[in-house]
Amino acid sequence: MKKLMLCGVFALVAGQAFAAADTIKVGVVAEMSGTFADFGLQMTNGAKAYMKQHGDSVGGRKIELIIKDSTGPAPEVARRLAQELVVKDHVDFLAGFGLTPNAFAVAPIATEAKKPTIIMNAATSAITVKSPYIARVSFTLAQVTEPMAQWAYKSGLRKIYTVVADYGPGHDAEQTFKKAFTRLGGEVLGELRVPLKNPEFGPFVQRVKDSKPQAVFVFVPAGELAVGFMKAYEERGLAKAGIKLLSTGDVTDDAVIDALGDSALGVISTHQYSAAHPSPENTAFLAAYRQVDAKTRPNFMAVGGYDGMAAIYEVVRQLKGNVDGDKAMQLLKGMKLTSPRGPIQIDAATRDIVQNVYVREVKRVDGKLYNVEFESINAVKDPGK
Amino acid sequence: MNMMEIAVTKRHHLGALKARERWKPAEIVFWLALVAVYFVFPTSLVFASQILITGLFALSLDLILGYAGIITLGHAAFFGIGAYTVGLLARHGWHEPLSALAVAGMVAGLAGYLTSFIVLRGNDLTRLMSTLGIGLLLYEAANRATDITGGVDGMQGVEIGELFGLFRFDMYGKSAYLYVLGVAFLLSAFTRALMHSPYGLSMRSIRENRTRAQAIGIPAGARLTNIYTFAAVIAGVAGALLTQTTQFVGIDVLGFQRSADLLIMLIIGGTATLYGGFIGAAAFLLVQDQLSNLDPRYWLFWLGILLIAITLYLPGGLLGALGRVSAAVARKRRGEDA
Amino acid sequence: MLNLFGVLFDGLAYGTLLFLISVGLSITLGLMRFINLAHGVFAMTGGYLLVILMAHAGIGFVAALPIVFCVTALASLVLEHTLYRPVYKRTPLDQVLITVGIVFIAIASANFAFGPGQQPVQLPAALKGQLDAFGLELSRYRLFLMAVGAAITLALVFGLERTRMGAMIRASVDNRRTAQSMGIRVDRVFQITFAIGSGLAGLGGALGVNVLGLDPYFSLKYLVYFLLVVVVGGPGSVIGTLLAALLLGVADTAGKYYVPQLGAFVIYAAMIVLLLLFPHGLLGRRYAR
Repeated sequence: MKKLMLCGVFALVAGQAFAAADTIKVGVVAEMSGTFADFGLQMTNGAKAYMKQHGDSVGGRKIELIIKDSTGPAPEVARRLAQELVVKDHVDFLAGFGLTPNAFAVAPIATEAKKPTIIMNAATSAITVKSPYIARVSFTLAQVTEPMAQWAYKSGLRKIYTVVADYGPGHDAEQTFKKAFTRLGGEVLGELRVPLKNPEFGPFVQRVKDSKPQAVFVFVPAGELAVGFMKAYEERGLAKAGIKLLSTGDVTDDAVIDALGDSALGVISTHQYSAAHPSPENTAFLAAYRQVDAKTRPNFMAVGGYDGMAAIYEVVRQLKGNVDGDKAMQLLKGMKLTSPRGPIQIDAATRDIVQNVYVREVKRVDGKLYNVEFESINAVKDPGK
Repeated sequence: MNMMEIAVTKRHHLGALKARERWKPAEIVFWLALVAVYFVFPTSLVFASQILITGLFALSLDLILGYAGIITLGHAAFFGIGAYTVGLLARHGWHEPLSALAVAGMVAGLAGYLTSFIVLRGNDLTRLMSTLGIGLLLYEAANRATDITGGVDGMQGVEIGELFGLFRFDMYGKSAYLYVLGVAFLLSAFTRALMHSPYGLSMRSIRENRTRAQAIGIPAGARLTNIYTFAAVIAGVAGALLTQTTQFVGIDVLGFQRSADLLIMLIIGGTATLYGGFIGAAAFLLVQDQLSNLDPRYWLFWLGILLIAITLYLPGGLLGALGRVSAAVARKRRGEDA
Repeated sequence: MLNLFGVLFDGLAYGTLLFLISVGLSITLGLMRFINLAHGVFAMTGGYLLVILMAHAGIGFVAALPIVFCVTALASLVLEHTLYRPVYKRTPLDQVLITVGIVFIAIASANFAFGPGQQPVQLPAALKGQLDAFGLELSRYRLFLMAVGAAITLALVFGLERTRMGAMIRASVDNRRTAQSMGIRVDRVFQITFAIGSGLAGLGGALGVNVLGLDPYFSLKYLVYFLLVVVVGGPGSVIGTLLAALLLGVADTAGKYYVPQLGAFVIYAAMIVLLLLFPHGLLGRRYAR
């Protein structure tokens, strides 16, 4: 009797070990706590939504997510977590990265360990250059800012004031917009950079109002800065004074747009994803997401997580479960996917994302605020490369 | 007191001082254990290096906080200066690690010297806010100078050459760990010797009662400036080590979060003990890592409870509690003998 | 010139908000020399309480404010009794550690209950938009803030200068031991002061949701500003805190309007300069124990 039990236990354990050897592990380094906690939440929710929709195994192998918290902009923590995922957990893929410094710090690990690394959110142009094993499925700031400048000029605006958050990405957005807009013949009346820790938008918005531009282009990270700016914009009556508000989709981020209230109605923005995008893939995505998390609305970060998993699944399927770093990168280069946002492709040369950028307006749909797309600029590459 | 009594008292005090200077068995065990980590936990060496670096950083804070009694919330400034110095040197072609380390320490020390006048004025609170203000200003300056520092995105492309021309800093972090351990040991030993010398004792008397110390001829202002500068050097070295072992400089090296976490680590470990920094850093980082694995979203809650528990039930931090335990054991043993 | 008035107005309103939240911390610090880094937690609690009252209980904005004040004050007393009392006699570092622990718990709890995002608050129509006065467009909400701030300042000053309790508070801040030896129940005085100060913080937090925003990290993010105001003004002094808050508020706003390139530098530089000039705060006293 005892022997039988022992045999059974042995078989079970051996079976587990065998199964474990077959599992494809995806190490996700994301910001799950701290002020950027919603970045990690959205990314991992999106990844889980994909797995819920398509099952958790592909090509005969089970896919396992190992989620690690980088706690925020902490490059040394991100690097250590990535290293431990590679050396201790023996992951096959690295993924996640809501913030650029974390992605930068992990690049050398990706190169040395030859692990395909999927960037699900970070948006600085230079990231994909840092390692030949990095592929991006999110977006770059320049990619969504240039179309805004082009649309602004096309719609007849000639005098614009820019307001950006005072940090690297903000400077990039400011310079990209200015270059594109002035090249077409428009005029940038003034440029303001607001500190990242900024409780008070009043004086900045007042300055904009006093300069009397036709529109103001805003880039601030989603969250309190966006909300703060919108409040000041409404409080000072800029819309009434005839100053339109143009921004990138970070300001009208799907997850926080309802909190902006009516002051956000009419804001024009450019971005790669809107929850109101009319496509069957998006409907399926929204349904799957709701099963994972019914409390939050998915935004572009969740789609980044979703599409990242899609790319990973495709690689595993084509390699029949034997994931080799170089072969995986070969497959990722030039890979086409139909994402909930629209058609996307990973550029064969730069490993960066090529996608449609949509111009949207904030409208009320079914009682809630949404970015309703009304124009699309197709197959935009990252202008930074 | 007659001559005999004076001689006896003097011998007693000298004996006590000499006894403090000797390396206690616990200390030797501590350093040997750190060497053992290299062999016992070969896959966790990156984490171990970061704990050691943070511990060294905490040691530098202990010098100011525990020994000199200055509460500062801007100590990360020197850490960051050291980190960025090495980064900038590497970007401009200076790859040799040891010399870059020395330069970083000196630059941070200079910054400490220049700002030391702030910690001499005012009371605890004003010093706290002034140091905090300087830290915040420096962070903003680094954020602005994105072209030089890389700003929020960080400084990449920091290449560090091989140590002694032989040992490369690779992904596994083996040579990095031994390098950090070596530097940490040397600096700790030096600091230990300093703090057990008459110089260190004068520091303590300044902390206890500055007026009285000055009354017996100790130049309080000069000593405080010196210790502040020295602590800045060590903090700068710690920052430089971080850059060299991660080959990246993030702007968080200057952040308020880093200064605040450091203070918490030191309090947990126990101030004015020279090892409290290392113990506190290890405890804090290990617990945070474990909690984060258990509950990636809400581990802060459990950490908060831990901090409250430590304050209420372990006054004096971990080493303080350890000291009480060993004293109780010693008492019991003496009681049994007697 | 008109711009200057506008900027001044904005700065004073911002300063008033800072004052409302920080005055409690100033008195507590001056009275008990207790470093309460968790003060921001009371402000955050007030904010979230307002959100709950308005969204789930349907209570109007203005009606909710006094409720926020009372509830926060009572809640703070509970905290004081359980966690603060054991550490009064301990070192400042112990107080730092325990209050930081409280802050961490508060952040995680708020994150758990409300999520990491910003909380929206709908203002009543009467407080939205701007009012045209003297050729300036003045924000209605800021006018409201300043009115509330003025009323509370008057109440506090009157309370401190003219009532018996106020006299007892002032005596305890000046010299605790002597006050105790004169029969003043200092710990009772402290409890009442603490409750009022925390209640005011809660009120300030609720009023501030529309200006400063509200998310689980509120207590840490703005802690720097509260400490700044208290230390520059001199702990223990209501007028000192008010002066410091208004001064820093105007400096910050004016800096951002006229020299936006300097932006955040102004407030930190102003603080350092003021602390170098007034090492014990603008109106601080060298408090004896």
